[in-house]
Amino acid sequence: MSKPIKKKTYGLLAEYDSARAVYHACEQVRDAGYKVWDSHTPFAVHNLDKAMGLGPSVLPWIVFAMGMTGATLAMLLQYWTSAIDYPIIIAGKPYFSWQAFVPVTFELGVLFSAFGAVFGMLGLNRLPMWYHSLFNSERFLRHTDDKFFIAIEARDPKYDPQKTRELLERTGAAHIEEVED
Amino acid sequence: MAKYQDELDPITGRMELVEGDHVTFHDVTEAVARPIEIPSSRWWIAFIPSVMLLGVYLISIAYLLYMGTGIWGLNNPVAWGWAIVNFVFWVGIGHAGTLISAVLFLFRQKWRTSINRAAEAMTIFAVICALQFPTFHTGRPWFIYWPLPLPNQMDMWPNFRSPLLWDVFAVSTYFTVSLLFWYVGLIPDLATMRDRAKTPIRRFAYGLFSLGWRGSTRHWLNYEKAYMILAGLSTPLVLSVHTIVSFDFAASQLPGWHTTIFPPYFVAGAIFSGFAMVLTLLLPVRAWFKLEHIITVKHLENMAKIILLTGTMVGYAYAMEFFIAWYSGNPYESFAFQNRLFGDYWWAYWIMVSCNVISPQFFWFKRIRRSVVWLFILSIFVNIGMWFERFVITVTSLHHDFLPSSWDYYSPTVWDVSTLVGSFGLFFTLFCLFVRYLPTVAIGEVKSVMAIANPHHHGDSHGEHH
Repeated sequence: MSKPIKKKTYGLLAEYDSARAVYHACEQVRDAGYKVWDSHTPFAVHNLDKAMGLGPSVLPWIVFAMGMTGATLAMLLQYWTSAIDYPIIIAGKPYFSWQAFVPVTFELGVLFSAFGAVFGMLGLNRLPMWYHSLFNSERFLRHTDDKFFIAIEARDPKYDPQKTRELLERTGAAHIEEVED
Repeated sequence: MAKYQDELDPITGRMELVEGDHVTFHDVTEAVARPIEIPSSRWWIAFIPSVMLLGVYLISIAYLLYMGTGIWGLNNPVAWGWAIVNFVFWVGIGHAGTLISAVLFLFRQKWRTSINRAAEAMTIFAVICALQFPTFHTGRPWFIYWPLPLPNQMDMWPNFRSPLLWDVFAVSTYFTVSLLFWYVGLIPDLATMRDRAKTPIRRFAYGLFSLGWRGSTRHWLNYEKAYMILAGLSTPLVLSVHTIVSFDFAASQLPGWHTTIFPPYFVAGAIFSGFAMVLTLLLPVRAWFKLEHIITVKHLENMAKIILLTGTMVGYAYAMEFFIAWYSGNPYESFAFQNRLFGDYWWAYWIMVSCNVISPQFFWFKRIRRSVVWLFILSIFVNIGMWFERFVITVTSLHHDFLPSSWDYYSPTVWDVSTLVGSFGLFFTLFCLFVRYLPTVAIGEVKSVMAIANPHHHGDSHGEHH
């Protein structure tokens, strides 16, 4: 970025009319070697992540860790309260009657996993993020309706206002615009 | 059977999930979002009676708090009464929502997309209604936090060996996970509402709750994984919830309750009643909001089939209970079941059997499965029958237990009735607010199952846009 520019540019936004068009466009952008870019679609287009060359989500590991934490804490809680802190014989059962502790262990395991899944997903996606440069584009509002977009960011090392625009034109974009940061 | 020919998807050869020629993504957005943005005055026809019923509920509860649970018809052998009947009834209703959102998702049943949002909302509202009853049945609802393992000045802990405590954990986990699942599903659709919003209040409210969603594929990747994991978690969760609810009964020694068939039988009954309630709610919604091309007759027919299946399972469970009561040779168990059929509450038993075993059998006929009127009538019968099932289980077992000296007859008071009727007010008020302000159909998910959503679709997706 040697040239002085007045407004900071976020990047180029290309619009497509169909899932098919954006799918093949993503494949071309991926093959051109861009890294800091994204596509925006009204619904999860099947396999579009593969067309973009994205790896798998790490979310399952977060959920697994949370679930195990929840289940372990639940069993420890029941053990400690029933056998250590206030031991009391109920219905002639042993203090640590672990069979009876399975339901609560299961429920807390599920509860913690669900928290892991939802808040892990939001964290990985850096949501909530109520301001984003793309919302500066009027046309972008239709990304939640029926239009499909590819946004290549200016901070991508391969980004060049002219060449990147030409690439997007070759992919059959219906409309291309520059978005301010 | 040419009369019943559905539209077929050109690629898969299966039923078109969204009916009509050349339906675009934008058409789906419009069909769902427009009734929210330009509300129909007919909404008030549903909302005003609901709020009036809610008033009945609030009055009943206010009087209950003033007088105590003595205003209910509870007596010495029947200490559970309608409160537990209503609790199990409402929790059971909720189960269909989770079944549609989670189990059908795992089985890749794409038809679920048009009904899952409303069904999940129904789950949440039904669980809210369910939680009212044990809360107020405690008599001192301001101590409802006592089942939680909180350190206290008495240094005591809850009894983790009690099924009632398991129930606290099961139902509260179920409510929390259902709410999270529902909200996660709503985020992209709230973003749709935000991007269409014409007024600042709408833009702010939908914008706030859509968390700045921008449909990024990098986000969809984690989002879809989270959705699948939540579905995978909800499936055993929903089975565990009604299993644990049935443990409240089955883990006791009472004849008629102490049976191992209770967990599967309760789960089947829950799904059965829940699908009936989904039909009761969605049949008016799809007509009033003109969503017949999205919630198609095929969807209704599929739900009727599930009602037929689960209703038959419930009928089987009734028969098997009798068989085991006789086969076990246990005189108390045999007596409990004779008492159900021919005892003081024979009428409740036969209402239950007619509604739950006989009425779903009509769904063997395709003409009835596809008739909106029949579906609505039969769904009401199932709702009634499933309420009576819980009444029969709770009351007939309690009122005549081992000792004839402690037998008594139980009848509800006007306050029992008003609390139950009023709880429907709570339920319908919440549901009316939901259809008024939130997308009733999962817009994004419906789009994703349309033929034109397939990235390899070669149809008419080009050339006709401008």
